[in-house]
Amino acid sequence: MYDIKGYYDAETVSEATALLADNPNLKIIAGGTDMLIKMHGGQLEDVELLSLRKIKSLEKISIADNGTIVIGAMATFSMIFHNPILKDAAPILTEAAISMGGPQIRNIATIGGNVCNGATSADSASSLFALNAQLKLESKAGERVVPIREFYLGPGKVALNPGEILTEILIAPEDYKGFGGHYIKFAMREAMDIATLGVAVLCKVESVTFNEVRIGLGVAGPTPLRCLEAEEYAKGKEISSETLAEIGKLAVKSTKARTSWRASKEYREHLVEELTQRALKTAVVSAGGAEVV
Amino acid sequence: MAYTVVGKSVRRVDAVAKVTGRAKYTDDFSERNMLVGKILHSPYAHAIVKSIDVSKAKALPGVEAVLTYKDLPDIRFATAIPGIIEAMATDEVGVAELKYSTAGHPYALEETHRDKEDRNILTQKARFVGDNIAAVVATDDLIASKALKLIEVEYEVLEPLTSTDAALKEGAPLIHDDCEGNIISSKGYEMGNIEEALKESDHVIEGEYETSIVQHCHLENQVSHAYVDSDRRIVIMTSTQIPHIVRRIVAQSLGISWGRVRVIKPYIGGGFGNKQDVCIEPLNAAMSLAVGGRPVRLELSREEAMIDTRTRHAFKFKIKTGINNDGKINGIYISAVSNTGAYASHGHSIASSGGGKFRYLYPTKALKYEPLTVYTNLPVAGAMRGYGTPQIFFAFESHIEDIAKKLNLDPIEIRKKNVVKEGHVDPLSKNTIRSCSIRECIDKGRELIKWDAKKALYKEQTGDIRRGVGMACFSYASGTYPVALELAGARIVMNQDGSVQLQLGATEIGQGSDTVFAQMVSEVLGIPMYMVHVISTQDTDITPFDTGSYASRQTYVSGMAVEKAALEVKKKVLTVASSMTDIPAHLLDLKEQSVVFKDSGEKVIELEVVAMQSYYDRVNAQPITSDVSNNARINAIPFGVTFAEVEVDMKTGKIKILEIYNVHDSGKIINPLLAEGQVHGGVSMAIGYALSEQLLFDEKTGKPLNNNLLDYKLPTIMDTPDIGAAFVEKEDPTGPFGVKSLGEPPIVSPAPAIRNAVLDATDVAFNRIPMNPQRVFEKFKEQGLI
Ligand SMILES: Cc1cc2nc3c(=O)[nH]c(=O)nc-3n(C[C@H](O)[C@H](O)[C@H](O)COP(=O)(O)OP(=O)(O)OC[C@H]3O[C@@H](n4cnc5c(N)ncnc54)[C@H](O)[C@@H]3O)c2cc1C
Repeated sequence: MYDIKGYYDAETVSEATALLADNPNLKIIAGGTDMLIKMHGGQLEDVELLSLRKIKSLEKISIADNGTIVIGAMATFSMIFHNPILKDAAPILTEAAISMGGPQIRNIATIGGNVCNGATSADSASSLFALNAQLKLESKAGERVVPIREFYLGPGKVALNPGEILTEILIAPEDYKGFGGHYIKFAMREAMDIATLGVAVLCKVESVTFNEVRIGLGVAGPTPLRCLEAEEYAKGKEISSETLAEIGKLAVKSTKARTSWRASKEYREHLVEELTQRALKTAVVSAGGAEVV
Repeated sequence: MAYTVVGKSVRRVDAVAKVTGRAKYTDDFSERNMLVGKILHSPYAHAIVKSIDVSKAKALPGVEAVLTYKDLPDIRFATAIPGIIEAMATDEVGVAELKYSTAGHPYALEETHRDKEDRNILTQKARFVGDNIAAVVATDDLIASKALKLIEVEYEVLEPLTSTDAALKEGAPLIHDDCEGNIISSKGYEMGNIEEALKESDHVIEGEYETSIVQHCHLENQVSHAYVDSDRRIVIMTSTQIPHIVRRIVAQSLGISWGRVRVIKPYIGGGFGNKQDVCIEPLNAAMSLAVGGRPVRLELSREEAMIDTRTRHAFKFKIKTGINNDGKINGIYISAVSNTGAYASHGHSIASSGGGKFRYLYPTKALKYEPLTVYTNLPVAGAMRGYGTPQIFFAFESHIEDIAKKLNLDPIEIRKKNVVKEGHVDPLSKNTIRSCSIRECIDKGRELIKWDAKKALYKEQTGDIRRGVGMACFSYASGTYPVALELAGARIVMNQDGSVQLQLGATEIGQGSDTVFAQMVSEVLGIPMYMVHVISTQDTDITPFDTGSYASRQTYVSGMAVEKAALEVKKKVLTVASSMTDIPAHLLDLKEQSVVFKDSGEKVIELEVVAMQSYYDRVNAQPITSDVSNNARINAIPFGVTFAEVEVDMKTGKIKILEIYNVHDSGKIINPLLAEGQVHGGVSMAIGYALSEQLLFDEKTGKPLNNNLLDYKLPTIMDTPDIGAAFVEKEDPTGPFGVKSLGEPPIVSPAPAIRNAVLDATDVAFNRIPMNPQRVFEKFKEQGLI
């Protein structure tokens, strides 16, 4: 039995933003896979819910004329995994999608919920960070677009103002075209688990050198993050196991891992170093580079 | 012997009901206006309730009752049902100190053989985080939850003893006032002279091993409902393995006579030993009494069930083995410390039983076992599949591997040299090994995994990914004889058409016992499976007496009762047939729904005709039934082996199982497909035990850290490799149809086999499970591999 005081359905974004503007107590529910857990655990009581599930326009995944990929916030992880546009243009996102939960969860959990939930372990986050995703937020007053790196504020805290709904996730062509990538979810189980570490890398390769490298990490700090120092170092470097080793070391510098009963700081940092290299090895090949041995 | 139905993979008798969702479980039953009960759990591991104020909770609309330890002894008198007070007041009056034991053992007439009585339904002294302090009964879940928050409790917090070391420390506070040193028991055994045996040996090798606290994680959490019926008796429907024992313990916990309780057990969603214990039923009964006998449902959430039911005892072992150059073991010394948590539950029985079943595998000149069972301020440990054997076999099968490595002996040969032979009589239990195919099991496993080829292939590895193979053996028992009573009951009623109803005290808990019992009846009576109707629900008012499902006893022990009941029906059928045909009964047999000549198989008369006669003969009508009890004063010892192949990621510490085979000597296999399923389940549980599962607690406070299925790493199907199951079938002369047990055995040997495979792959000996990536990383780091 869940402690639900009220429940509202919206069929369009404007209906939803109007309802939100009228009742600031409303909590948005998408797939509910985080929300229901919170209610079950007693973190949320007497809630009034606003469901977005009837807003079909928010499930769309498309490519705009200017090449920008537009992912509706209500797209589920199953939709993302099976989407041909994303498979082709942003495989690190589809890889992340299939690593998430189990089939039942993927059929209902949305990418918008994943992002707005604000968890560092969100499987979509490291990939979206690497892809420099932009978030379109709409309210009754209007809309704004925020880069994902500015959206995550702390554990469970995101830059969503009262009355705002995340409607779309945007990926610009310069952020995905010409990249090879790879996502590694390192978890204790092969399914139904949160990541001990999520590593999403993208790279552009020019014959034997790195043209550009992007490294997004989840669970390496209180929010998902990018390893800017390592990325900077990689630019123009020859692709070799030595370079990868150095990138792995530098990647650790951007992290803020801590010891918990789940894993020690030392182990987490070791994983960052090791898995960044492993992810890059695969990414190099998918970017057209030669295999690093 | 050639059988018709026994030995065939017939379909489960409950398959359709379960697959179509028609099988009803406790939660599917409802009483009108059922109330909801909820428990207030202690937030402290060790504390005394100084004061408790329930007035705000009581005042919340929808709250029907609030119970604390203060109310319970007098619950019978506080209740407002006139009939009940009078009826119960005539029962022996309980006192405020009414304590009971919860373990699902048969009652023992000898007081010395009883389980420790250390529990109250609600307690003033909290002994673990989760202990039951108070309870509410309300009209719905949400109100009950809100009411819990309104109960104001003031605790005096005591030092929490979160490890056996802390509990054993000199001057440690007592968790139970009457238990000196927090030690429940130190009873062990000694055979031969261990000092001499060690002295005589060419080598004495020592090792220390440790296992962790894990939880059953059965699909269906504990759930029950209780009410008082018009006969003024307490009726409890519950998800249990042991209905007759629940009945006794509920009565004991309330201080009323046993006949005043009726327990009904419908289909259950798994137990693995956790429901061989009485966790929620006494409180549920008290809740109903507190509201005038109205029906109350009590259902634990997963988070509650993981800490407030039972867990598997964590053990620490120290082993010393004396062995000669040729690999012959002279003597074994084992000391063990078992962490039983806050209440005894099965207590020392776990350490005792593990040590007892271990004795059968490697008989030696001398064997000394010194177990210690210790209270701590952690959740209560109880029965869990394997009952002490997963622990001791993890330790010893790891140890013997270490010995083999140290002395450069072949790990298979060293075991073969020392395993028991047929005819061996265990000096302590006096149980005889009447069938033993452990050697054949080993040979079969060796072939299945291609041991020799892989051993050679994996010799000198240096890369980041390394592979290895390992194996481990075990011995078990079929039931508990001679330690406890092994009584089983079965009843058969033959219908007019020759079909039968089979009623059993043994409970189907998912393992498939109803199906194999039906196969036995079908075999004896010569009728097809569809003519055997198993009554799967147990109801203590009408079900024959049987102590329940545990100790891998059903097919062996309850099977004896079933066979006996079927044979009695057969005899009666043949007697009636004889009276109808004038052919002597001893010349007759039953086959294909007919009475036939025993030697030729020639048909004499149809079974249905005989059955009709038994119902309607004007003079001699007497429907054919049997109602038997069987006291199995015997045991049969099953054996088996696991072979595992692993791949270790030397950088991340991840261990992956590539192949795993369990080969069992469980006598005759009644239903190969069900047996295979049993092995799959046991092995997958053991994989979690070896690699990922562990209940964690804050060392300082005893607070659980991961009592949910996200943080407790129960393997998913994606983590489970294909599991190979094989059997060496040699009929045991004692069992019905030659069976030996198979329920628990599959879980015993995989963990050490996996550990030994990791040793083979990496040269690193893990002496503590689970071998999760964090631990593997630490150990590799320690050894300079990372
Ligand atoms: C069994 C299980 C397994 C899981 N496994 C994983 C896993 O492997 N990896 C992983 O990353 N997560 C996992 N999760 C967590 C969860 O499924 C994901 O975070 C999911 O993406 C949340 O999406 P939702 O649609 O269910 O969000 P909801 O629960 O509906 O909402 C989550 C939060 O986002 C807000 N919100 C939702 N949509 C919007 C919107 N459009 N605009 C503004 N705010 C919004 C809600 O108010 C709420 O605060 C798992 C959960 C469960 C129950």
